[in-house]
Amino acid sequence: MLIKQAPDIRSSEITPKGLYLKRREFIQASAAALVAAGLSSWDAELAAQGGGLPKLPNVRKSPLSTTEAPSAYDYITSYNNFYEFAPGAGDGPKKNSKNFKAQPWTVSVEGEVKNKGNYQLEDFIKPYTLEERVYRFRCVEAWSFVIPWVGIPLADVIKKAEPTSKAKFVEFTTLQDASRFPMQRTDLLEWPYREGLRLDEAMHPLTILAVGLYGEVLPAQNGAPIRLVVPWKYGFKNIKSIVKMRFVENQPLNTWQAMARNEYGFYANVNPMVDHPRWSQARERRLPSFIANRQTQMFNGYADQVQSLYAGMDLRKNF
Amino acid sequence: MKAISVIKPLVFAAAALPAAALVHGFYTSDLTANPGDYITDQTGTWTLACLFASLAITPIRRVTGWNDVIRLRRMLGLFAFFYVVLHLLTWVVFIHYFDAGFMVEDVFKRPFITVGMAAFLILLALAATSNRFSIRTLGRKWQSLHRLAYAAALLGVVHFWWLVKADITEPRRWAAGLVVLLGLRVWWVVQKRTAARTAPA
Repeated sequence: MLIKQAPDIRSSEITPKGLYLKRREFIQASAAALVAAGLSSWDAELAAQGGGLPKLPNVRKSPLSTTEAPSAYDYITSYNNFYEFAPGAGDGPKKNSKNFKAQPWTVSVEGEVKNKGNYQLEDFIKPYTLEERVYRFRCVEAWSFVIPWVGIPLADVIKKAEPTSKAKFVEFTTLQDASRFPMQRTDLLEWPYREGLRLDEAMHPLTILAVGLYGEVLPAQNGAPIRLVVPWKYGFKNIKSIVKMRFVENQPLNTWQAMARNEYGFYANVNPMVDHPRWSQARERRLPSFIANRQTQMFNGYADQVQSLYAGMDLRKNF
Repeated sequence: MKAISVIKPLVFAAAALPAAALVHGFYTSDLTANPGDYITDQTGTWTLACLFASLAITPIRRVTGWNDVIRLRRMLGLFAFFYVVLHLLTWVVFIHYFDAGFMVEDVFKRPFITVGMAAFLILLALAATSNRFSIRTLGRKWQSLHRLAYAAALLGVVHFWWLVKADITEPRRWAAGLVVLLGLRVWWVVQKRTAARTAPA
């Protein structure tokens, strides 16, 4: 297949910052209007969905949500990857996480920050307003959902931590506890699962720490009690069941890159033009579906908001 | 009535059961949120299962001395072909949606597809020559040709091994099974040769 190379952006084509920010305001305002119009149609349906888990209080809607209709709760919670519970995508994570206890839970903030700390989850979340963010979710395996997460902007958490000038990346780590994550007894992956973001990616308004789904607390199989959601990146970047955030100077090595460097990179931005070595990323299955029913969009449809983060980078090399 | 006349329809039913389960799952919408992948995985697994079962017939016959078991072999081989055709169709329809360009690219660019396709072509040749007419006309060549079933099994295991992301538990099991089946063959050949050499002239 001939893969069209994305043209390099000439500096003359780069939108001046003032205009760019104005455009962002415009997009957000129009998105908000659309959300308001769209919400009423699926609001009732949305309210009816859930898994009977505790409801999260005082959740604010967000203009950053997509207006696409969210995928059914049952599908989101019975088809996913969570290698700590089961190998491969399917309902294994759901079946094997029935007895998972997400309490008590502590999150530590470490590394190049002024305000290091060890927080009980409730205290970690308390300073922030919970927001509903309905995002497209694109797995590297070429399937996708639309997911109504509930979470907090990661940028707010980072601002409070006050990174030092040395902090260039954030590394996240999943809980290591084989009594709760049975597959950690095997050598399926290098445990604990690790992921990382560049600081500017972590600070981006779209990036959130999710604690809920469909207005309820996260079910175990979807990364309870707290997980990362970066909607323009492949699913595996969205590390689950986080216990540690470490601010570092050098680019951290994420688990899948460590497993197969030729197949999974650090950036993992959704990109229809860069294939996985073993399958095409040009199209995707918006589940439930037998066939690839959608073209995959650059940055999973968030190009307007995030492409400036990668200006001048060769995305084929930095996949 | 001979035991095989009872066993054969039972084995037929057992080999057809996975396909029936998929049809049932289709009508009850119970094939996961990603039914395309699920059917691809299932038909692939059952191709290997039927192929391995057909390769196990001769060892069973030799070990137990139960000659009638040979009457299951062609049926199991044809079931392997049945499942591999479905498996290939899932690739044609669910993955590429009849896009010939993408399919050709897949075969030449991705080694796990290349070996999978090679295994399919072998099974196609074996299924096409599984009738009495071919057996009669091909004579001794028929047996050589049908030994390619081992090559198909090997390619099938390699295909599986190369496609998994991290969990090689299942491919490793199939590989172990193949080692046993091939190992028995080799062992018997070696034994036969030593017996021939030590036998009085």
